Amino acid sequence: MTMIFGVPLAVFMGQLTLGLVNGAFYALLSLGLAVIFGLLKIVNFAHGAQYMLGAFAALLGFRYLGINYWLALFLVPLVVGAFGVLLERFLLRRIAHLDHLYGLLLTFGLALIFEGTLVNFFGVSGARYATPEILQGGLNLGFMFLPTYRAWVLVAALAMCLFTWFMIERTRLGAYLRAGTENSQLMQAFGVNVPLLITLTYGFGVALAAFAGVLAAPLYPVSPTMGSSLLIVVFAVVVIGGMGSILGAIITGLAMGIIEGLTKVYYPEASNTVIFFVMILVLMLRPVGLFGKEA
Amino acid sequence: MTFMKKTLAASIAVAAASSLAVSTAQADMSDGEVRIGYLADMSGTYRDLAGPGGLTAMEMAVADFGGSVNGAPIVISSADDRNSADVGANTVRGWIDQDNVDMVGGLVASSVSIAVTKVLEENNGLGIVSGSAASSITNEHCTPNHIHWVYDTYPLANGTAKAVVEQGGDTWFMLTADYAFGHALEADVTKVVEESGGEIVGGVRHPFPTNDFSSYILQAQGSGAKIIGLANAGADTVNAITTASQFGLTQSGQQLAGLLIFLNDVHALGLEATQNLLLTTGWYWDMDEQSREWSQRYFDEVGRMPTMVQAGIYSSTMHYLKAVEAAGTDDPETVRAQMADMPIEDFFARNGRIREDGRMVHDMYLAQVKTPEESTGEWDLYEILSTIPAEEAYRPLSESQCKLVQN
Repeated sequence: MTMIFGVPLAVFMGQLTLGLVNGAFYALLSLGLAVIFGLLKIVNFAHGAQYMLGAFAALLGFRYLGINYWLALFLVPLVVGAFGVLLERFLLRRIAHLDHLYGLLLTFGLALIFEGTLVNFFGVSGARYATPEILQGGLNLGFMFLPTYRAWVLVAALAMCLFTWFMIERTRLGAYLRAGTENSQLMQAFGVNVPLLITLTYGFGVALAAFAGVLAAPLYPVSPTMGSSLLIVVFAVVVIGGMGSILGAIITGLAMGIIEGLTKVYYPEASNTVIFFVMILVLMLRPVGLFGKEA
Repeated sequence: MTFMKKTLAASIAVAAASSLAVSTAQADMSDGEVRIGYLADMSGTYRDLAGPGGLTAMEMAVADFGGSVNGAPIVISSADDRNSADVGANTVRGWIDQDNVDMVGGLVASSVSIAVTKVLEENNGLGIVSGSAASSITNEHCTPNHIHWVYDTYPLANGTAKAVVEQGGDTWFMLTADYAFGHALEADVTKVVEESGGEIVGGVRHPFPTNDFSSYILQAQGSGAKIIGLANAGADTVNAITTASQFGLTQSGQQLAGLLIFLNDVHALGLEATQNLLLTTGWYWDMDEQSREWSQRYFDEVGRMPTMVQAGIYSSTMHYLKAVEAAGTDDPETVRAQMADMPIEDFFARNGRIREDGRMVHDMYLAQVKTPEESTGEWDLYEILSTIPAEEAYRPLSESQCKLVQN
């Protein structure tokens, strides 16, 4: 049997695949954060809670309204995104002119309120969300058994990442947006409604988190605290990729998933901390992050 | 510190009625009241296994007792320890110093319990630990000021691991939470498995808490072991079982052994993912008529069936109040001795007695999670396979390192 650093090739390949699946999740979540920070300069600490709201909306939508998974994948980001629009319009905008720290505190407070409220009604044990029938079962890849749903997560998350990147970096709308954040007065002089663009962008970032939440619902127990444990890791990914860099968030997300996956084989005790080691290393060698632009 | 004080309506009524003529018995109660503090995780990981439901169970016990002891009203205070040993110890210190709390109940996270019992020992208080798992609470951390009620890691390992090996599950792969509780449970399980003729063929220690278990499940799958032992708790166990089911672990002939799993975990996971799981429990709501009757009353209040911890909180509070009544005082030392003198036989505990190390030993049960076809309702989750007699279930006193035990 071929061995790679003392681990059979099949096991190694299996872990690589799982790392990629987790990495796609990190990429999707950090992408939302990067969009919001890169364009709005808001450190969105409510991102984990918004991801959790996505999963909960899918669960409750199914339970009380009979909305199936596929419909939820489309509807939930819209609903939670619209909620994000309200947050931006009525809360975040009021403090937009203040230091970033205020936005961080406000979103952190909101996250605590969302979590606490749901804990009060649903407890912390979490609930199961059934995997859609067509994605049940698994694929035999030769070196491992990969549940079909995880393969789907990889595809869906990557597709959404590419779509977002394309929208922001390659379309006219994206160009307006980037220009509006560089120099909003000039853009407004050209007749572009910058405040509206900003509101919609925040809503879109929140919708991305909710989309990730719906994708996660069949994988992990849906519980009010599911977002808070993930948020710190995702922030580390954004810092490594370079605050605000769209492509950086995507590539770093995937890479960190793989690094974490391999750590789980060679030294599992460190798997929760390895991403932070990388973060420290990157901050020391390249403080703006791997894909960040020098100020 | 969140600090909520609650007086039961019943106790006010009784207090008003008895204020005209203070009986001699009441004069022996400090401050003329029996004050109980309920300390638990009310909002975090362990909320559902004790939490607000445990407080309800305690209030039910007080109400069932009549709201007063020998004319002295019973008052409950409650606080959220947020699973922090510091918060827990400081809360209890305040309760004893400022509020003259006579007994502290609930007590869930092992780290909190160990810190709180130290405070109780320094201040000559009394505590009843109902939610914690660590068997060290009545071993190296024993004090004359606390009692451990519902279960601990010793019978969990002893019950489940032994039964699994006897059923032919003789090769084990351990999935262990990488902290004190996980290591202790792993050590207990390893000992039992090897003594029963089985073998530990591999294992992995995962960080606490872990969100994604897929990598570890893949390693367990590759190990070829017949049994995957889960030496973790709460959300980690739930995540590990969910992932195992997604990766078809049980379909490929391997079996999971959950070493610390509560009713709320199984309920959250659903029977599809947990069917046939073996576990050891201190109590189950559908065990017999007595248990069903009490549980139905609890269900009507809370809307969920009680866990063994919540039932244990009722049982221990009731036993405490009976001891206060019999002793005619709420003095901790006297009450502690009185509690040990009285055997415990109620809907929760069978053949129960409090040993000198503070361990309340009682019959434990080996249970198996039902299949979706066998289950007839939302909470019809376990089948009790066998009883582990009280005297066999717990760590024998001859192996005890407790300072209160003469070895």
